[in-house]
Amino acid sequence: MKKLVILGAGTGGTIMANKMRKTLDRSEWDITIIDQYKTHYYQPGFLFIPFGMYKKKDVIKPKADFIPMGVNFILSKIDKVDGENNKVILEDGVVINYDFLVVSTGVRIVPEETLGMKGNLWHKNVFDFYTIEGSIALGEFFKTWKGGELVLNIADNPIKCPVAPLEFVMFADAFFVERGLRDKVNITFVTPMSGAFTKPRASKVLGNLLKEKNINVIPDFYMEKVDNKGKKIVSYDEKEVPFDCLVTIPVHMGDPLIGRSNLGDDMDFVLTDKYTLQSTKFDNIFVLGDAANIPTSKAGSVVHFAAEVVYENLMCAIEGRPTTAKFDGHSNCYIETGFGKGALIDFNYDTEPLPGSFPFPGIGPFGLLKETRMNHYGKLLFRWIYWHVLLKGKEMPIPSEMYMAGKKLN
Amino acid sequence: MATKEYAGKTVNVSEDGYFTDASQWSREVAADMAKEVNLELTETHYKVLEFIRDKYNTGGSLTIRSIGKSGIASIKEFYKLFPGAPLKKATLLAGIPKPASCI
Repeated sequence: MKKLVILGAGTGGTIMANKMRKTLDRSEWDITIIDQYKTHYYQPGFLFIPFGMYKKKDVIKPKADFIPMGVNFILSKIDKVDGENNKVILEDGVVINYDFLVVSTGVRIVPEETLGMKGNLWHKNVFDFYTIEGSIALGEFFKTWKGGELVLNIADNPIKCPVAPLEFVMFADAFFVERGLRDKVNITFVTPMSGAFTKPRASKVLGNLLKEKNINVIPDFYMEKVDNKGKKIVSYDEKEVPFDCLVTIPVHMGDPLIGRSNLGDDMDFVLTDKYTLQSTKFDNIFVLGDAANIPTSKAGSVVHFAAEVVYENLMCAIEGRPTTAKFDGHSNCYIETGFGKGALIDFNYDTEPLPGSFPFPGIGPFGLLKETRMNHYGKLLFRWIYWHVLLKGKEMPIPSEMYMAGKKLN
Repeated sequence: MATKEYAGKTVNVSEDGYFTDASQWSREVAADMAKEVNLELTETHYKVLEFIRDKYNTGGSLTIRSIGKSGIASIKEFYKLFPGAPLKKATLLAGIPKPASCI
């Protein structure tokens, strides 16, 4: 019996388990998926919780519901991967052998990396919305908040879903307008980047949107610490921004098991060939999603597109052929802009987000790099697609490789 | 593609001034480039630049935090070495192509 082992039963691992079980013969291949947690979170939904648009029950389901029959699901912490000997060692010392390994252990927030972030104001006046606990605590805080300085800060890059912080401040603008408190809430977006977004044309469009919504942007701010006593954040070059409510995107790192396994960089992201999606250290280890150090967004859409490439290349490797699929870094993100509207961006390693229509050139129904109602409905619809189509590894009507049709260059 | 002249050598640069061929770099070239941003390079500057080049050559990701973890300079010291926008200045002076920014 040959063995395929998948580490992590989040978006990527679950998609791979479904795809591979459908393809590989059950009499020849044993498939095992390992995760330390029972609950699957629909992470894009965390953004909606502070504003009372979603509740906890809208974003959680048991992981086991999405693991197909014929796949072993082990609930355990993983100690490390021994790539030389093709073994995974679990926390309690149990050893699991593999012929091929898929690492999809994701990324986590590490507020402890920033001095004072997890101080006495944590989840009282300092919140994250990248965990269920953080987004719920923030929702409770907003219920009775009378206004003041609302500061959103990105501690460092890379982060999951790089548009979420922008969506957050635009949602906050709409939320406080609807509550009649907007004149009492000053919203500031503080980022280590030199603008609202990393890609020039999108940065310009999104930057203008923030300006229209009266949201201040402080660029080039690289956070050193949270001063709990003075209620301010301080940068390494000693700039200060005072807050009454700080919504922070903490430093992100990969799973510590990557470091213990000697597979990653200094932030525990797995060293990955950005085209083949194989570990640069071992050809029989594939890396899917946020866990990889590839230069693309850490987002569900990327995982979905990358899963096609991992699937094809894993099958090549299993059948002893050279890998044929090449990942282009394709990313596709709906951006909520508040008041029932949204924008959409579609890009890859080489092409920045451009205006146009998607997925059908000239028709849409979605508009690229502009605010429309339809884009907002696309985002809401996506939650259903996520649970019912995407996780199950079913075909979606969008090819994994980005295409230029429908995009305007000028 | 544009070219620029540093320390008597012609180098190929992109429109925002980054090298397109990292092998055209040398310590002398960097010293000459540094004058444009009013910096005088010390041995610590060079160590940081070489760390960045090494990261580039081995395909590792480059962030301010990774420089802080390098053991050469703390993040605070890094800011003092390359005031203003340290990562941008340092990657320019290290003569590597523009790093793929984290998106």
